[in-house]
Amino acid sequence: MADTIGLEVTRYSPERDVQPALQTFQVPLRKDWTVLDGLNYIKDKVDGSLSFRWSCRMGICGSCGMMVNGEPKLTCATFLSNYAPGPVRVEPLRYFPVIRDLVVAITDFMAKLQAVKPWIVRQQEKPLAEGEYLQTPQQMDLYKQFSMCINCMICYAACPVYGLDPLFTGPAALALAQRYNLDSRDQGAQERLTLLSRDEGIWGCTFVGECTKVCPKHVDPAGAIQQYKLTAAKEWFQSLLMPWATK
Amino acid sequence: MVSIAADAVGHEMKQAPAYSEFHPRWYRSRVSTYWWLGKWAHLKFILRELSSVFVAFFVVLTLLQIWAVRSGPEAYAEFQEWLRKPLVITLNVISFFFVLFHAITWFNVAPRAMAVRVGGKRVPDVVIAGSNYAAWVVVSAIVAWLLLGG
Repeated sequence: MADTIGLEVTRYSPERDVQPALQTFQVPLRKDWTVLDGLNYIKDKVDGSLSFRWSCRMGICGSCGMMVNGEPKLTCATFLSNYAPGPVRVEPLRYFPVIRDLVVAITDFMAKLQAVKPWIVRQQEKPLAEGEYLQTPQQMDLYKQFSMCINCMICYAACPVYGLDPLFTGPAALALAQRYNLDSRDQGAQERLTLLSRDEGIWGCTFVGECTKVCPKHVDPAGAIQQYKLTAAKEWFQSLLMPWATK
Repeated sequence: MVSIAADAVGHEMKQAPAYSEFHPRWYRSRVSTYWWLGKWAHLKFILRELSSVFVAFFVVLTLLQIWAVRSGPEAYAEFQEWLRKPLVITLNVISFFFVLFHAITWFNVAPRAMAVRVGGKRVPDVVIAGSNYAAWVVVSAIVAWLLLGG
């Protein structure tokens, strides 16, 4: 195994540059090194001005999502040795505006995430004296897969619909909406449906299916959205055939 | 005591925070019109979308056929003659493959949309897709029997 590998890293300085350009660095190629280790090596030893987001190094925080050779990846879980002899191209997450180098603006995602009310909505809270809201393992199993999302936005970088229409709510936010819809303790499904049964919501999804393929936590956002569509379609038919039954 | 900036309370997040006079220039790249040519998965998706045109073509063809049958033996013979033209045969062959592609990709993604649970356990994807294929074969066999043997 060669002892170094080339990293072609996107550099963009909003003060100086009109558009991003690639800069190549040589970093040690070690069996246990991830792309993130390579970036940290550059930052520590070669060029301290390189900007990128990271935190936990163990696939939990969801900060270090970047494009690695054109595929959206968590750089802390992507090994350099898989790309030997290289070079490896590291770019900021696709479809997001670039603030600097590998750092993208995530304001849009944050607003969308908040909009889908990703928390347990209760019409009326139970009195404290009645204790906690209990749930059986079967009830938890309904939504558990969708609750594994770490908001890393890798699915957004894989979604051409989001790239073409930035108003689209997007895979992660819709999957999280469905996660709470399926939670037996939640009563906010109707509120969310009003918000998400729109062209920019679930119906914006054309089922390309790439979000599910790239998800590092196996959340299956594409599945969540299609199941959500099914529910919405059933609700619509019900309101058409039995208008008196709908709330 | 922690003081909370008034701007941060009860407001939606702003695209460009108003307090920053020198907001950095974000670089936004454009998505190419030909984005779907770069990756096989994307091209496959576009072909699947395109296949709906051919599905519609078969529907129109069937309607024309019914109309020809209704208009009498002469019109039907004329319709059959039209079907024998090389151009129409080519179009039909292409359409057939697109409809086949449409059906297969459709059945393969069915398990994503159908989360069927039996006894609290989710039915495996293979079973969902398999039963869709089985139903397809059965319906096709019935149609073939009606047209050819019945």
